[in-house]
Amino acid sequence: MPGDALINALYVFMLAGFLGFQVIKRVSPLLHTPLMSLTNALDAIAVVGAIALAGAREAKFATILGTMAVVAAFSNVVSGFLITDRMLKMFKSSRPQK
Amino acid sequence: MTMTLPAFHWIELVYLVATALFILSLMWLSAPTTARRGVWAGELGMGLAIVGTLFERGIIDYRWIAIGLVLGAIIGVPLGMVQMTAVPQRTALSHAFGACCVTLVGTAEFYLRSPNVPKFVMSVLSMEVILGGLTFTGSLMAAGKLQEVLPQRPITYKGQNLVNLGMLAVAVAIAVALVLNPGHRNLFPAMVGISLLFGVMLIVPIGGADMPTVISLLNSYAGLSAAAMGFVLNSKLLIVAGALDGSSGFILSVIMSKAMNRSFTNVLFGAFGQVQTAAAGAVEAKTVRSASAEEAAGILAAASKVVIVPGYGMAVAQAQHKVRELYDVLTKKGVEVSFGIHPVAGRMPGHMNVLLAEADIPYDRLLEMDDINSDLPQTDVALIIGANDVTNPAARTDTSSPIYGMPILDVDKARTVMVIKRSMNPGFAGIDNPLYYLDRTLMLFGDAKGFVGDIVRELSGGSHH
Repeated sequence: MPGDALINALYVFMLAGFLGFQVIKRVSPLLHTPLMSLTNALDAIAVVGAIALAGAREAKFATILGTMAVVAAFSNVVSGFLITDRMLKMFKSSRPQK
Repeated sequence: MTMTLPAFHWIELVYLVATALFILSLMWLSAPTTARRGVWAGELGMGLAIVGTLFERGIIDYRWIAIGLVLGAIIGVPLGMVQMTAVPQRTALSHAFGACCVTLVGTAEFYLRSPNVPKFVMSVLSMEVILGGLTFTGSLMAAGKLQEVLPQRPITYKGQNLVNLGMLAVAVAIAVALVLNPGHRNLFPAMVGISLLFGVMLIVPIGGADMPTVISLLNSYAGLSAAAMGFVLNSKLLIVAGALDGSSGFILSVIMSKAMNRSFTNVLFGAFGQVQTAAAGAVEAKTVRSASAEEAAGILAAASKVVIVPGYGMAVAQAQHKVRELYDVLTKKGVEVSFGIHPVAGRMPGHMNVLLAEADIPYDRLLEMDDINSDLPQTDVALIIGANDVTNPAARTDTSSPIYGMPILDVDKARTVMVIKRSMNPGFAGIDNPLYYLDRTLMLFGDAKGFVGDIVRELSGGSHH
């Protein structure tokens, strides 16, 4: 990674960390369980790196490890979004909806 | 350097849009009214990013990708359909899967690039596999304890912390050696192996009541390892997603530790459940007052304001649907019912809210600790179902108590306190609860589900006469 790209990446990480702090702080404790399952699903974006590895045909071991990684991450994508939505559907207010 | 993103600008733009959607997703999650929109934004971002990646220049073989995606979906669907009581272990398992992906990719990247790995890349790559490895096995252990396949009791031995810190130090030392000379290909498996072992040893001494903190901490590690992977692959999307996940896990760990009045290090190195074995002896002489379902129903019907305090015991007894019936019948009689939720009630952050929402209890009746504590002095009846330590007034007054200083729900300030409990056995942490011996406290001995059912029957039977 050239120096510029490295500094850029560090800036992105720092800004995203601060942003995460501000955004997550505002999530109601009511929704902390869906918060964790949703961030988990979003974190499974690592599947993108795994896909690139599994499809690059660079070396047999890399393809195998990449494929296993796709399985692990994509199962998180599917189950994470699924369960988060199931949980959120259950939260109902006693006040009539507008 | 085959893994760096290609110069196709449109793919970079797709990733940019996906990043924005991920941030919107978490912003919308802040309130129940917009939260589902947040899930849709996340799904859209994820879909765009995955489809965009399939068009990457470096990808020439789609067979293995297809197999991986299909298998992932086959595993993911049942894991997304588990019961709400099993959500903590599912969450722990998904931390393990996420960390597993990161560790596998990191390992492959190392062997593809070694010995030509720049120092910075090797440092983040080491961080990626050390965090990934320990999160993988640590989360598997946590899931095993939550599913009760493994003993929930903390397992401790002399010199445990020294052994654990020593292992971590060795892993870091190997990482340093690899940064200095990435050609040491045979050192890499040792680093991964020690991280995997460290993850197991880290969770061995942790008991069930500490799970909310530990799951949050592992969540944070999983996020950080993904961000490290983003540095290795130079993927800003992955860095952002990892940073968001990492900060989320970190904030939740801080909230959970505060709610138990303990530091991170204390949770990780303290083995909480071990301390209290001596405390149980001095109990016998004190007397308690008990009441029947009929008497309890009478008091509840006469109340104008009732606060129900549920704990993990309610979930274990599967009593939440009976509690919903109680809520209905009391509300119909004009009693104002709300629920006091302690931050560490349940086995993961927010778990109790999900269980009560599943039982169709409106979320605006679920109140946080600070809100309910200002209500409790004006409350006629506080009904405690399956909660113990989070109601223990010793946390406020008794400096010798192991939970002294822990913020609690001040149920002892209500006019009448009713506690549904199987017997006088002390709770999970084995700490005696002075609440049970107060004059205003009535003990309702029995199974949570059965007893609440009896109260409901008395209350609805009464309305027919």
